[in-house]
Amino acid sequence: MKKKQSVGPVETKYFKFAEPPNEMSLELGGKLGPVTIAYETYGELNSGKTNAILVCHALSADAHAAGYLEGEKAPGWWEGMIGPGKAFDTEKHFIVCSNVIGGCKGSTGPASVNPATGAPYGLDFPSITIADMVEAQRHLIDYLGIEKLMCVAGGSMGGMQALQWVASYPDRVRSVIPIATTLKHSPQQIAFNEVVRQSIMADPAWREGNYYQYGQPEKGLALARMIGHITFMSVQSMEEKFSRRLKNANYNFKFDADFEVEGYLRYKGDSFVKRFDANSYLYITKAIDYFDLSGERLAPEGREADPRFLIIYYRSDWLYPSIQSQEIVRALKRRRVDATYCELRSTYGHDAFLVEMDEQQALVRHFLDKTFEGYEVVRTYDI
Amino acid sequence: MTSDALRLDYKIIYDAVEPGSRVLDLGCGNGDLLYFLARDKNAKVQGIELNDAAIYQCVRKGLSVFNSDITTGLIEYPDQSFDYVILNQSMQEVTNIDFIIREALRVGRKVIIGFPNFAYIAARFMLFFRGKAPMTEALPHLWYDTPNVRCLSINDFRNFCGEKRLRILKAYYLGSKKLLGFWPNLLALNAIFVLTGESEATPCEFSDEKKGERC
Repeated sequence: MKKKQSVGPVETKYFKFAEPPNEMSLELGGKLGPVTIAYETYGELNSGKTNAILVCHALSADAHAAGYLEGEKAPGWWEGMIGPGKAFDTEKHFIVCSNVIGGCKGSTGPASVNPATGAPYGLDFPSITIADMVEAQRHLIDYLGIEKLMCVAGGSMGGMQALQWVASYPDRVRSVIPIATTLKHSPQQIAFNEVVRQSIMADPAWREGNYYQYGQPEKGLALARMIGHITFMSVQSMEEKFSRRLKNANYNFKFDADFEVEGYLRYKGDSFVKRFDANSYLYITKAIDYFDLSGERLAPEGREADPRFLIIYYRSDWLYPSIQSQEIVRALKRRRVDATYCELRSTYGHDAFLVEMDEQQALVRHFLDKTFEGYEVVRTYDI
Repeated sequence: MTSDALRLDYKIIYDAVEPGSRVLDLGCGNGDLLYFLARDKNAKVQGIELNDAAIYQCVRKGLSVFNSDITTGLIEYPDQSFDYVILNQSMQEVTNIDFIIREALRVGRKVIIGFPNFAYIAARFMLFFRGKAPMTEALPHLWYDTPNVRCLSINDFRNFCGEKRLRILKAYYLGSKKLLGFWPNLLALNAIFVLTGESEATPCEFSDEKKGERC
């Protein structure tokens, strides 16, 4: 039954642009080219090209948002939201998801080969921002022939990209769904990211970023991910998942993983090392910290095009607290932008948007119906 | 369903709102009123609501709604952002009414306020003869689970508007099924007032006072 609602087998595609001398100019002044973007699409673009939705991923995810890649058992990271009959309905909409630049999942990032040297970029990779990630996505959207996106949606850093689309290209987006996100990182969030970065850079195996011929700074990267995981969960979800259960019957005081929560974090850290590049983690966390659309930057006074918003916050998310979502709402109220804001119940913490599907599905579906069909959806609704 | 089948208070507010208006409904519930205003009167509507289930109903109808309480719901809106701010059956559930109405009149050109009349005859009977906290069609809650924190009569509200120099543009007195013309403070279950800011001409001062208005 579950399988039936999946988009089924999918494949990752690659789009290459910004070949020298036409490199992409970056927000902080550098240049990058050539640029490869890994992306996947689900559903069909309609003839009017009015049904395209861009889904943006969070810090460590990739272009594989739904369906099954050949040889893989696990579906894409937002399988619960994307598919036939789901909120992002592949029978109605054309869904695009791309890996961010700076990442390591097929798009150009610090682990990619620097054409100038023939070796991986490492720290020679230029500074990138959320706006640069969006600019790269804009090239992909142009290439796909889409003039105006029906919606840009994403959680956490994906939500930042959705907001950045509004700031960068307000007339190319009809609606936005920022989930579990913020207009700017607080000092607390920057502090967590800094500890994460320091744990990578403190590992001697990091070698100032030039580790590619030796292997990843495994200890540092695993520790970084462990810290991250603590912030993605909530006190309730950790209690439910682990409580104080022990892996073995007794305390052994040998500094092994006594508690289940310790074992879980170690496992998550170790498996992360196998799938994510340490330098990408440094670059992307910096891009997140630099992101700032507070004040008038999201919706400046006097701008004509203002897409409609659905803002979702999960009540147990202490990493991106409700005040940050409400700050987005306040910025939109000042500009009288058409917007909906929902605080959803969950105990999962910051990760809830990847886990909790029922209310999120219903809200997104109805919001998209209204966006897609205009007030006709109101006319056909029967009360 | 057409607007004719709406609840009496919704119908009155629906008729009072001019087509094409910008409307903010504080405590919009499941959005039935906003839905008809958007659908049939081409109003640009925004709801504010606290109840989760009601919010989902609003989104299902294609309405835009903020998950917020009434007090913080008005903050940040520029002056005169709306043609109408509606406070229907929600004003009596907040403590800082003076502030809310001031804010509503800052954000909206007109404010439509609907509330249950505590001086309704059956409520008086219940209090006077039976010695019990009144319960009526418009005050259906037991004393221990009522959301109401302010108990007022139609006369109380008129006096309040006078003191605060709020101009009453229109007042409607609602019986169970239809509007009432006389003795509203005694016979009306609910009242709906359309207010606007301080008037330069004549402040309210019971200008449209009718027979038995002070009852």
